[in-house]
Amino acid sequence: MSVPRFWRELDTRYNLIGSYCKITNTYHYPRRSFNPEAGRDSIGSMEDYQFKGTGTVVTATVVHQAQTGYEMFGPYCMAIIELDEGPRITSQIVDCEPNNVKSGMKVKSVFRKLGEDSESGILHYGTKFILSEKTNTEDSNEDTIENIEL
Amino acid sequence: MRDVSIIGVGITKFGELWDKSLRELGLETGLAAINDAGITSNDIDALYIGNMAAGSTLQQEHVSALIADYCGLANQNIPATRVEAASASGGLAIRQAYMAIAGGFIDVAVVGGAEKMTDVSDSESSYTVSMGSDEQWEAKAGATFTSLHAIIAQNHILEYGTTREQLSAVAAKNHYHASLNPMAQFPFALDPTAVSKSGMVSTPLRMLDCAPNSDGAAAVVLCASEKAQKYTDKAIKIIGSGQASDTLSLHHRKYLHRFPAINIAAKKAFEDCNKKPSDLDVIEVHDNFTISEIIALEEIGVFNRGEAAQKSMEGETRLGGIMPTNTSGGLKARGHAPGATGIAQIIELVKQLRGEAGDRQVENAKLALAENHGGTAATAVVHILEAE
Repeated sequence: MSVPRFWRELDTRYNLIGSYCKITNTYHYPRRSFNPEAGRDSIGSMEDYQFKGTGTVVTATVVHQAQTGYEMFGPYCMAIIELDEGPRITSQIVDCEPNNVKSGMKVKSVFRKLGEDSESGILHYGTKFILSEKTNTEDSNEDTIENIEL
Repeated sequence: MRDVSIIGVGITKFGELWDKSLRELGLETGLAAINDAGITSNDIDALYIGNMAAGSTLQQEHVSALIADYCGLANQNIPATRVEAASASGGLAIRQAYMAIAGGFIDVAVVGGAEKMTDVSDSESSYTVSMGSDEQWEAKAGATFTSLHAIIAQNHILEYGTTREQLSAVAAKNHYHASLNPMAQFPFALDPTAVSKSGMVSTPLRMLDCAPNSDGAAAVVLCASEKAQKYTDKAIKIIGSGQASDTLSLHHRKYLHRFPAINIAAKKAFEDCNKKPSDLDVIEVHDNFTISEIIALEEIGVFNRGEAAQKSMEGETRLGGIMPTNTSGGLKARGHAPGATGIAQIIELVKQLRGEAGDRQVENAKLALAENHGGTAATAVVHILEAE
């Protein structure tokens, strides 16, 4: 991905910054300057909002044939997650046995590497999710800096 | 508004066509269609080209001019327009030509669809397909196109109790139909248990739930109905046309087990001709995954919501059933060349309505419907055809 294309979304990707619409009192992710439900009235009424990063799994699937750039993960969990503030997001759920992720589980956001353009290209970082409570089939390693793939 | 008819068709076999370029495929099917219609290049007022991905797979944009040039239409300066809506590009190209003719701007248009998906690696063609979803907020986050449909399938299973056996029955049925279609990419029958045992791609969808990424081309000639008899006595009328959009990202949808854009496009097409789903004799739907065919049947209104999977299992979508669906073999077994797919669907229905479908002919077929969609149905196009 080109540098500007990634750079202009850094806040949204790194810090889970989305938008709050003052007209409808609703939250939106990713950031948008126009709320389709409020129409033109929303222009100028969309404020930046940093999501708490907590949410619930709506639906999860275990991806066996990885997306380009995700081959190193082997089978991994992709899910639609509903953030506590309302909007939904498509994200990887990491640090767990992918088959154990079920609808209704609580998750929280973590800052992770998403990919890289090439060996010498820029690295992409962004938000992924982990289960808020470890399931009993997993080891109890804390989410320490050593475990984060950089 | 004027009536519009299809007066000629031409199609290649879909598959790994490594020996053929995009322009050669376009020429081959374009010539076949105008020969079938009995027109000459002097009769053509406009060219429409459905193509999703030439920029990604061939580093070639401006394919409308490319195809026009290679077909010898550039010398005559015939206007050529590319139409892109991911896998709905072909169906949408037909709709653009339909509207131009119905509106009285032109009399005769050639609509071609062509795609090369196998000149690049599997990983590249898969990523190209993901570009029909939200590249930034779905694909880049790790969601494959199959994984989005896996999420849809899981929600359909949760809502209606859809089973593995029912999904497998859809793929097996389409393979059976393809075994009767010499132009299909996979013209052989497939046991439903083979589908159920095929490799997992994204739970619950398996390898044989998924349509291939194919090379291929297809072309039709559209003509104002009032002028059609000048060229042919086997014209097929387009009596309904509908199109609708939805959010590009799946996660922005209210329902994850539905494709509302298909429903809206179908309603519009049925309103155009004052027909209803039970009037149809044969249909082609966009089965890029087995679950997509089931949902399309429900959105079009062929079966009640939650019943299409069981009806498919009972053989009601097979030749001889209540609603023969994807007699060509569908995307699964005829093959899926995104820009050409929507046009290939129309060609299958024209053959059915002309009575030229050979071993897979639906007896006495008079009314047919084609449903073509792009991405996770962020664009849906529906056409209804009638034998004259």
